[in-house]
Amino acid sequence: MSDLNTQAVARYKNNFLREVEERVEEGNMVKMCMQCGVCAGSCPFGPHWQHSPQKIFMMIRAGKREEVLSSDSMWMCTSCYNCIVRCPRKLPITHIMHGLANYAHRLNLAAKGQPTRDVARLFWNNLMKTGRINELTFSLGLYFKDGFIQGIKNSLAMQAAGLGLLKAKRLNPMEIFGGHKCKEKSGIHRMIAKAREIEDRRRGLA
Amino acid sequence: MAKKQYAFYPGCSSQKGASASNYITSFGVMCEKLDIQLNEIPDWNCCGASIGYGEGGELPRMVLNARNLAIAEKDLPGQDIVSGCPACWLGLREAVDRLHEHDRLKTETNEALKEVNLTYKGGSKARHMTEVLIEDIGYAGIKAPVVKPLDGLKVAGYVGCQANRPYGIAGESFENPLYLDKMIEAVGAEAVPYEQKAACCGGALAFSEPEKAQAQIRQIVEAAYDNAADLIVTPCPLCQANVEIYQAEINKKHGTKLNMPVLYYSQLITVAYGGSVKEAGLNGQVIRAAKLDKIAGG
Repeated sequence: MSDLNTQAVARYKNNFLREVEERVEEGNMVKMCMQCGVCAGSCPFGPHWQHSPQKIFMMIRAGKREEVLSSDSMWMCTSCYNCIVRCPRKLPITHIMHGLANYAHRLNLAAKGQPTRDVARLFWNNLMKTGRINELTFSLGLYFKDGFIQGIKNSLAMQAAGLGLLKAKRLNPMEIFGGHKCKEKSGIHRMIAKAREIEDRRRGLA
Repeated sequence: MAKKQYAFYPGCSSQKGASASNYITSFGVMCEKLDIQLNEIPDWNCCGASIGYGEGGELPRMVLNARNLAIAEKDLPGQDIVSGCPACWLGLREAVDRLHEHDRLKTETNEALKEVNLTYKGGSKARHMTEVLIEDIGYAGIKAPVVKPLDGLKVAGYVGCQANRPYGIAGESFENPLYLDKMIEAVGAEAVPYEQKAACCGGALAFSEPEKAQAQIRQIVEAAYDNAADLIVTPCPLCQANVEIYQAEINKKHGTKLNMPVLYYSQLITVAYGGSVKEAGLNGQVIRAAKLDKIAGG
């Protein structure tokens, strides 16, 4: 268990709803859920998660902290926004799921090796390098995230797609040498470090 | 006629040699014929996309978008900010909304922006390219420059998610948006009925949960076949890439024979305006659109 998690447990004791309201993006809207289940029926990945958004919201109110933060549900969000536009109480469900995913990741309660968690981290780290996403190094990073052998297997499995894109000139092998970048990349690093520092201080994660 | 000027935010996938470079290629003829001038925001950065939340919290994502908005306000004052990518558009628009509504978030954003000597004032509008076409040009305006009506071409208009939700196009419904069909018909093609028009392709989870995303993609492609479409057209780079590229994977795993071309609305428009295969970026397709290639003269 991470130090941040121990501190959070000590601080909020059994009031998980308050913890979510104070620390999770749009978390103050959780208590508006009236348990109708429209979100559950609207999610394209509905058959695949452990808990529907509706269940997650009730579990938050019931103080089921570990179960919520270690659930795979928020990592199944494709950001399709079906739940948001259909919710009769206008809860920003997609944003709350994103916020819960981020919080579970920061406290290190999200499952190790959760594939969407890994992809999200790779994506962010990739964009932070130059200020822009480098699709080649992002894809390679993805294939090789579970080691070299698995990486070769993954690359071979995706060879057809990769070659198709190369042939269509929509994947540039020269991007391996850095590729597109922002001129002000060090400024962007400072700017994001500052933003994270401010937000962590506010959320009690500093 | 004076050209309509916009601050342009291409986004990462629309860079040269990237996965949506065919999309951006097809903006050339289209914008020229419609007297639209796109002025690229200098030194723009990534919006964080729909997967940035995992590592990047709310404020870092707001700040990424606010930097682009602030540069546009400073260097291209008075111009609406336009993107062709729904995820980029969503990132910008969400930032505009939240920074307008939450004083604390705006103060914090500007504190971080000091690191790059910028200030976000607010007031500019973030729009998707389809909004510019529909609202500033109009369907009749889109139709006006057509020299090669796409007669007999059957098109499944795949709007997808983020070009439709949570903001969408003013006046359209989330469940059955019609704007893409109207654009298809404006250039003389036939918009076929399409049950999957607002379905999700799996988005960024095509990388992390390939089986689940490919089940979505298979339905999206099969529905286009069911309605006898010649090709699918979309306003979203991630939809385009996912739905086109993974057909080969699905065929390999399931013995299907999916081979449905997936293009951008701007490629259809370019061909209808007399653009060549190259100008419409049709040579950038992994699955070539034979019928459209032929109309374009390739």
